[in-house]
Amino acid sequence: MLYIECPWCGFRDDEEFHYGGEAHIQRPTDPNELNDEEFSEYLYLKSNPKGVILERWLHSRGCRRWFNVLRNTVTNEITEIYPIDTLPNSKEGTEYYGQNWRRKSSVEKTIKPREYK
Amino acid sequence: MNKQLFRVKDLGQVDRSKPLRFKFDGKFFVGYRGDTLASALLANGIHLVGRSFKYHRPRGILSAGAEEPNALVQVGEGNGTDPNTRATQIKLEDGLIVKSQNRWPSLLLDLGYINNLLHRLLPAGFYYKTFMWPSSWWMRYEYWIRRIAGLGEAPKGADPDRYEKTHAHCDVLIVGGGPAGLSAALAAGKTGARVVLVDEQDSFGGSLNSNTDCTVDEHTTLDWRKRTLAILEGMPEVILLNRTVATGYYDHNFLTLLETVSPGQQNQSEYKTRQRLWKIRAKRVVLATGALERPLVFKDNDRPGIMLSASMRAYLNQYGVSPGNRVLLFTNNDDAYRTAISLKENNIPIAGIVDLREDPTGELVDRIRHEGIALYPGYAIVSTTGHLRIKSVRIMKLNDDGTKVIGNAKDITCDCIGMSGGWNPTVHLFSQSGGKLEWDDKFERFLPKIANQPLISIGACNGTQSLSDCLKDGLKAGAESARATNNKGRAPGTPRVVESKCNDERAIWIIPRENSYKKNGKYFVDFQNDVTASDISLAAREGYRSVEHLKRYTTMGMGTDQGKTSNVTALAILGETLGTTAPNIGHTTFRPPYTPATIGAYAGRNVGALFDPIRTTAMHEHHEEFGAKFEHVSQWMRAWYYPKPNETMQQTINREVKAARDSIGLLDASTLGKIDIKGLDAAEFLNRIYTNSWLKLAPGKARYGLMLKEDGMVMDDGVTTHLNSNHYHMTTTTGGAASVLDWLEEWHQTEWPDLDVYFTSVTEHWAVASICGPNCRSLLAELAPELDLSDEAFPFMTVKEGDVAGIAARIFRISFTGELSFEINVPRRYGLALWQALIEKGEKYDICPYGTEAMHVLRAEKGFIIVGQETDGTVTPHDLGMDWIVSKTKHDFIGKRALSRSDMLKSDRKQLVGLLNENENEVIPEGSQIVEMLQPSPPMAMIGHITSSYYSPNCNRSIAMALIKGGKARIGKTLHIPLKNKTIKVKVTDTLFLDKNKELTDG
Ligand SMILES: [Zn+2]
Repeated sequence: MLYIECPWCGFRDDEEFHYGGEAHIQRPTDPNELNDEEFSEYLYLKSNPKGVILERWLHSRGCRRWFNVLRNTVTNEITEIYPIDTLPNSKEGTEYYGQNWRRKSSVEKTIKPREYK
Repeated sequence: MNKQLFRVKDLGQVDRSKPLRFKFDGKFFVGYRGDTLASALLANGIHLVGRSFKYHRPRGILSAGAEEPNALVQVGEGNGTDPNTRATQIKLEDGLIVKSQNRWPSLLLDLGYINNLLHRLLPAGFYYKTFMWPSSWWMRYEYWIRRIAGLGEAPKGADPDRYEKTHAHCDVLIVGGGPAGLSAALAAGKTGARVVLVDEQDSFGGSLNSNTDCTVDEHTTLDWRKRTLAILEGMPEVILLNRTVATGYYDHNFLTLLETVSPGQQNQSEYKTRQRLWKIRAKRVVLATGALERPLVFKDNDRPGIMLSASMRAYLNQYGVSPGNRVLLFTNNDDAYRTAISLKENNIPIAGIVDLREDPTGELVDRIRHEGIALYPGYAIVSTTGHLRIKSVRIMKLNDDGTKVIGNAKDITCDCIGMSGGWNPTVHLFSQSGGKLEWDDKFERFLPKIANQPLISIGACNGTQSLSDCLKDGLKAGAESARATNNKGRAPGTPRVVESKCNDERAIWIIPRENSYKKNGKYFVDFQNDVTASDISLAAREGYRSVEHLKRYTTMGMGTDQGKTSNVTALAILGETLGTTAPNIGHTTFRPPYTPATIGAYAGRNVGALFDPIRTTAMHEHHEEFGAKFEHVSQWMRAWYYPKPNETMQQTINREVKAARDSIGLLDASTLGKIDIKGLDAAEFLNRIYTNSWLKLAPGKARYGLMLKEDGMVMDDGVTTHLNSNHYHMTTTTGGAASVLDWLEEWHQTEWPDLDVYFTSVTEHWAVASICGPNCRSLLAELAPELDLSDEAFPFMTVKEGDVAGIAARIFRISFTGELSFEINVPRRYGLALWQALIEKGEKYDICPYGTEAMHVLRAEKGFIIVGQETDGTVTPHDLGMDWIVSKTKHDFIGKRALSRSDMLKSDRKQLVGLLNENENEVIPEGSQIVEMLQPSPPMAMIGHITSSYYSPNCNRSIAMALIKGGKARIGKTLHIPLKNKTIKVKVTDTLFLDKNKELTDG
């Protein structure tokens, strides 16, 4: 059972949280511009790495806020927690974000870059 | 009757002033306080306690702890009975009632023993090979297999016992209260750290209780144990939990502990809690779980009287129980020598020590020689005799490499054997925690290597052998763990230990046969599942080379003991058969729980009324008075229908449905999800979430909306009303209330944080009474005389605020029945008053409360969908024929792009249509499959299924809705519904069954 530090409430058991899947899959600015294959990539294709992943969690039985988490899928170690509208700060988080296949995908090129704080 | 012929005078820690009477298989026996059931049985000379799983061979007590594979008994009677409980861990209580298992008619004469004589017919994978064909016979086979191969009996009724859960945090959790665990607790406790020390047995001390041949600081091991416990009990931050098993080690140092409360403790409390499940989060964990002794694999090594050497020593020194009248020891290491010395000191006759090692040396061996005990170095037991108890063994000399026995055989009589095949560190929890194990060649065992969580393994579970090292490591680990959690202090000094040194072992995994041509006799590896060495070799030859396959094929390592005494031996034998070594084979996954746990403990108090919260509406009291039948809709209890005396359910529903169209129907609609939405961008937000247009909805107006998931599938629906500027009232389905709120929050927080919009669940704030039917306007006019209810002043799909029956209300003129209808919302606390006023004033109109069933019929007559009934997450608005609600002008909304994916445009998608049964009076079962081409028997190509089906009193016939492949193109055609005993013929129609000219939109 994971022990997750909600940025607003502190450490809580994972039964208070809801898993929200991979982080930083931004909705296309205009989905109509995507062909079927590209739209399916946005909708269905998820990273499933062995090791570091950036993912979203919701403190659903607490403050009900979304936030991002850097977790190792092998050890379940959580090494960074950061606001939903920001990019990771840590070295491994930044590296993972930069090297994720999505950064090179044509879908992301159609997205007006989010103004991360 | 207090015979206890095998109790040794003045030895052990049982309280001889407290005799306890217990019943085993119908006979009364006596033991003492401090006994386990196993030690009390042995004190009475009883070794035979069960029959084996497959062959029904007589079995005795093998061990003295959690690893016990044989001595599984049924404890207690009635619904509180507990099957498959280890006699070695049952604390003896006065009045305990226990039965042996898997025997018929009795333990001494068991007819299932015939399986043993048919053993050639029962090799590994027997069930898979034999009962595969014909498959229709499986049901018959299963009955007999379950009768013959079985464990205890599950209780028939609900568990009457009470279970609790408790949550805790600590600095240092120490698992195992042996020498390593106790000293760790001592060192950690001294720093003031919050320490929890758990041990699965009734008394702390572990091996200190039985290895009485050492001294600590010139005191006996028992004295040191007692002194240490006294110190720990005096520390306010230390919690000691005995009879508590650490069952699971999960992520982030979260562990579950299962505490069994003794009946003695129970009586002091008004709550008779049987077990308590601790959910504990530890900053640091110290694993001091010890080691389990390995049996040796020799011919017919399972006879009652054959037990593990250290367990024999425990029964002797801890419980004062002699294992027999003539004890033989069989070993590959020094452990049996310690047992022999203890036996000798208590004048128990020893038949000799058979040692696989060619030339055992060391102080223990010297002492045995000095005592004149017969020693057979380089010998092995090649066979045994004795049906219900071991009678004699035959021993022979081993050749140099241990692959053959040579020379003349010698027979030795004995009534008891203590065997030792070395030790397996108890790495279960370490492995559960995600730690990696490493094979240790020297002692042929798995050791903890790389930890994945903040833990440390110490003592025997880390491969440490000597008592002095266990104490030293314990003190160090305790102090370090405490310091790591910001507690300060030094470890106490290491005590001086006097003990004998133990030497190496000689691993021979299968003792060679006396005569290599004769293949009779069984070499048991896994006692509980009756898996023999030849089963493992056979499985390997048949291609089950992976250890996980081996496990499933032979059942090795399954069952209640999960192979605690057998897994490593089985791996080694598999390795030998495959010409490789155990480390290359790997090991099966260690899974929680460590020992079997009662499901009741995991349920805790969440049973019966506390299983799931029940939500009731403000009008619930009235529904009950009115004799309503209820149905559960998510957590809500909704009035289903209101039967009058002598009415059938169908008669009730017909009456309710007709009343709603003929005069006035009254529905409690309070359970609908309600979300209050505010903000400058509320309209923009709704416009992105719903499929239709929301930017121009004027204040005071309501609109029906459909929500899609991003994949284009219908997710929820409901009416949302623009109350006044930037303030909206959204309704959702009853079941979707929470998920819709989550959905809105997710899009707002994660994608559109720039939008100014706020969501608040107000489902519980409003009680809703919905009135419908031709007379409902007159009724409302009486209760709200100040409101202008005319069509002009209060048109369809608008909202008004005003007093109804003197209560401030929001009234929505919306309809789910097609009739003129008002949904009156009042603050929850006025719900019942409103309802009563409506009933009272409505009497002259024969107002009729109707339940959810009539509501379903009413909406189906009009072809309105229910999300979750007509939809299942694979249905688009177009599939439902609801194109009208999908905006063609809006550039984007959630789910829009998906609706134009190629798959969505196919003409053979399942589409919603109406179905009319040829037999107008017959209602088709919901969920029935529909076919186009009838075949004499299945399989038939299924083209869809019924989603809703009712008798409609307003149409005077049965009606149904269905999702059918290419349904719209089939309108007018005839299809078939094959049921078990008959076939129904149906005509495909549109989904509007009543009011075909659509005059009835709103009365
Ligand atoms: Zn929170």
